[in-house]
Amino acid sequence: MTITLNGEKKQVPDNITVLGLLEHLKVRHQRVAVELNMEIVKKDVYGATPVKEGDSLEVVSFMAGGCAQARLEIAN
Amino acid sequence: MSDDKLIIAGIEFNSRLWVGTGKYKDFAETKKAIEASGTDVVTVSVRRVNIIDKGKENLLDYIDPKKYKILPNTAGCYTAKDAIRTAMLAAEAGITKLVKLEVIGDEKTLFPDNEATLEAAKVLMKEGLIVLPYVSDDPIMAKKLVAIGCPAVMPLAAPIGSGLGIRNPYNLRIIMETVKVPIIVDAGVGTASDVALAMELGCDAVLLNTAIAGAKDPIAMAEAMKYGVLAGRLAYKAGRIPKKLYATASSPLDGMVGT
Repeated sequence: MTITLNGEKKQVPDNITVLGLLEHLKVRHQRVAVELNMEIVKKDVYGATPVKEGDSLEVVSFMAGGCAQARLEIAN
Repeated sequence: MSDDKLIIAGIEFNSRLWVGTGKYKDFAETKKAIEASGTDVVTVSVRRVNIIDKGKENLLDYIDPKKYKILPNTAGCYTAKDAIRTAMLAAEAGITKLVKLEVIGDEKTLFPDNEATLEAAKVLMKEGLIVLPYVSDDPIMAKKLVAIGCPAVMPLAAPIGSGLGIRNPYNLRIIMETVKVPIIVDAGVGTASDVALAMELGCDAVLLNTAIAGAKDPIAMAEAMKYGVLAGRLAYKAGRIPKKLYATASSPLDGMVGT
């Protein structure tokens, strides 16, 4: 199925949860935060939260930065 | 000075110099500069994880959150809504409830949008975050932010990254007399004497990034900043002499040859 992941369309396996998706992407999920369709997903329900066709996900973490910098300078 | 700890919302800070992690050559240099600065507080931004290049190193592989207090910021946010969203994600990442709230008003000056900052701070305080707001050196804004529960205020010294130093020491003094929470000078300092001046004025800490990362030798400048903060703080606590127009002899006049 196709989802929007961090602003880009991406093919991911069907019938997957947020936890399954992070594992599929090999993202260390201890240090990230996830938004599913603009709603924050709490860490303890990653495994119980299904990702569906057309969903929009944001996966963020802490990056270098001090004061304001150009918004997408470090994003990708 | 070991008992001279800064406490904000019950959290003890060993260092009064806080540093950002942006604009360094690489993570190894970031780590060395942070170590040389003697800080225990580092600010980080919240950004999308690089899904394509998974092998890429993460800042937190170099900056151990067990050793340093991580202060996420909302750098780059231009609306209260974006800043709230970013801060909530930062809190959800699970390392800290602290957030350095920035809502930028203008790309050219990077001055804060004070009105939007206050609006975002209200929401985030209700959500249980510990909000440290970046704000203009405006005593009235400082008062409003403290009134809604902010446990510290972070007025700018000069525009972010400008290196202009403390542009308005009098406003900083008025802020310190107006609100009784820690004042952390955030942004605009250029060199060690700037941070010393901020501390001599009685500010509780200084946060900087570009002044170290942009120096020719960031590691040496980090060390200079450490001493600038320590010297300024000691001088503040020691109590400086008043300024006078004319000389006062410092040697005794008794026993001079020929008298």
